[in-house]
Amino acid sequence: MKKILAFVLVLAMVLAFAGCSSSKAMSHADFVAAEMDSQVTVETYVQATQSWWDNKITVYAQSEDGAYFLYEMACPEADASKLVPGTKIRVTGTKGEWAGEVEIMDATFEILKGSFIAEPVDVTALLGTDELIAHQNEKVIFKGLTVSKVEYKNGEPGDDIYVSFTYGDGTYDFCVERYLTGPETEVYAAVGELQPGDVVDVEGFLYWYEGVNTHITAVTKA
Amino acid sequence: MKKAVCLMLVLTLLISLSGCHGTRGLKAFEIPEVFDTSRAYEITFWAKNDTNVVQADIYRQTIRDFQALYPNITVNMRLYTDYSRIYNDVITNIATNTTPNVCITYPDHIATYLTGVNTVVPLDQLLVDQSYGLGGREVRFESPTREEIVPQFLEECSFAGHYYALPFMRSTESCYINKTYVEKLGYEVPEVLTWDFVWEVSEAATAKNADGTFQVNGQKVMIPFIYKSTDNMMIQQLHQLGAGYSTGAGEVRLFNDTTKELLYTVAEHVKSGAFSTFKISSYPANFLNAGQCIFAVDSTAGATWMGSHAPLLDISKEQLVEFETAVRPVPQFDPANPSMISQGPSVCVFNKEDPQEVLASWLFTQYLLSNDVQIAYSCTEGYVPVTTKAQQDPAYQDYLSREGEDEEEHYSVKLQAVKLLLSHLDDTFVTPVFNGSASVRSASGQLIEETVKAVRRKQPVNEQSIQELYGKMRSLYRLDQVGGNLGEKAELGALPATSVVLLATLGLCWIGIGAYSATEWYKKKNGQDRK
Repeated sequence: MKKILAFVLVLAMVLAFAGCSSSKAMSHADFVAAEMDSQVTVETYVQATQSWWDNKITVYAQSEDGAYFLYEMACPEADASKLVPGTKIRVTGTKGEWAGEVEIMDATFEILKGSFIAEPVDVTALLGTDELIAHQNEKVIFKGLTVSKVEYKNGEPGDDIYVSFTYGDGTYDFCVERYLTGPETEVYAAVGELQPGDVVDVEGFLYWYEGVNTHITAVTKA
Repeated sequence: MKKAVCLMLVLTLLISLSGCHGTRGLKAFEIPEVFDTSRAYEITFWAKNDTNVVQADIYRQTIRDFQALYPNITVNMRLYTDYSRIYNDVITNIATNTTPNVCITYPDHIATYLTGVNTVVPLDQLLVDQSYGLGGREVRFESPTREEIVPQFLEECSFAGHYYALPFMRSTESCYINKTYVEKLGYEVPEVLTWDFVWEVSEAATAKNADGTFQVNGQKVMIPFIYKSTDNMMIQQLHQLGAGYSTGAGEVRLFNDTTKELLYTVAEHVKSGAFSTFKISSYPANFLNAGQCIFAVDSTAGATWMGSHAPLLDISKEQLVEFETAVRPVPQFDPANPSMISQGPSVCVFNKEDPQEVLASWLFTQYLLSNDVQIAYSCTEGYVPVTTKAQQDPAYQDYLSREGEDEEEHYSVKLQAVKLLLSHLDDTFVTPVFNGSASVRSASGQLIEETVKAVRRKQPVNEQSIQELYGKMRSLYRLDQVGGNLGEKAELGALPATSVVLLATLGLCWIGIGAYSATEWYKKKNGQDRK
């Protein structure tokens, strides 16, 4: 009787622990396959953040197998400074899509041990192809783009900068996102000085807004 | 011993008094008799534009023109494209007394700014000041008189017994319709839309072909009805039905049975794919212009983004679909008595230590209502000037008469949106303003957003879930703590224990000082008597 009782108790304990453990993190392929509006959990690494605001932070995150855009993730101000590039986080939220950008929304996170900083992948050859979107949100580099137009969102420095590039037969609209790289950053100044006709290498996160709309993090004249 | 007691008492008194630091705030503003033009003033103006470079240029021109009239005033502008960011920055800066001098804002937001002492300047006296008031004799430009501001627009800026802002521009919402698709579905667009009509047509538009494309547009994407501001959607529906939202005294009545029924309706049409929101799906204009939406509700101030030939576009020209656009008021429950929200930016003046600086700010604020500024800015979007002086100006009348002449300044959809508001001024309403009214507004929209999300995430929407949602919204927006008339004394309940102890200590100190002084006086007197 004692043995049965002990067995039942151990079983109950094991089941209880199993119930307590958080849902299993999915791979990037699982995330891509997950239905829209379904709950997702991923373990990934912070690559950059937009400025914290109103207990929320937007994060560009990437793992070895793919990248994620964590839109307005719940985050107390005290925790925002912990989300430095490389930090490993476990994120639970809902998969969503906004103007073509696949993201994780209404997310919460916990910090884990581990670190990874992604190297930019050269996707220049994929511009204008359907394959480009497979790299959505990744840290990427485009080489040899020609500047066709540079416009400040409000006509003067301070807000986003909209930059159009040509490559081959196509024109592509990228953006210096003020909340990622504001007017005080090198890239903001460098992009502001670009002139039509300049040929440049552009590094950034492969964001999507009604088509590819890379958030630029670095620009160098080719 | 005496010295020690004395020192202790003085120290206690000082510490007690220091606890009062910071509660006094700024001294109330008083209008200087004369504006001192021998001094230079630098004022900051936080402005908002609708991601529209022309609007930003008009602000810059306005500043140049004003500075030419008042060379001793320099206006530094900071541009925002989001009201909530302005609100957040002002709140942050109130604590450090680094608010801007002049700020574009909403009355709901000003109500929160008023929690600071003398933070926002009441404009009652300034409005009628004979020298520097509206149309004042010392004002260096032709400003409108108080009577020339559209009365209901000015009244929207009055709360807690004072005018705390001037209206700057006014707009409402309108429904931008793909008339071509409505007719393709076998319907005619009525003069006044009803909610039943919009839901019925939207449901019809969800029909698909065997290959999964939508019958009405032959595309893989179709969201028949998209609402930009779900705050306004809920507020207007409740107003049209005469249901509770909030009272002027700050009582929150949003969480009622009518709201619940409205949420059930939203859930039903999200489930069928007939409805979505900006926050969930993106800008209604982008879907409308790509032929992927039939009813797009957005501000009249967003009209230049709407339609196949819109002057402003956020999608590539290849994605544009050719269709006829109709502009109508927002859907109604009672089409014979339409009602729609009045919205648009107002402008307030922040108090400063130097009344001359405040007067300089007021002069600039007043300049924003001059005809040149009003007409130029209103022509950028579906805005209406806030003064009859500007509305009746021949230049503005000429602008209105040229609807559809071009696809830029006289873009037909924009001018239809403007005329919609001008012809429905008496059908507009605003919600009560009180400390926390901005939170009630946010909660009203969030109820819809959360319901849409719940359906998409295959979660139940029923009596229990809605009651839980009500609780979540009350907690998230702290709606149990809002309310109370601004500027009136409220019943605050019993004092906290710490305050009681502090006050008791203060009392004891004064008793101690009194007793000590009396003893000293008595001793001195006795000593003198003994001499």
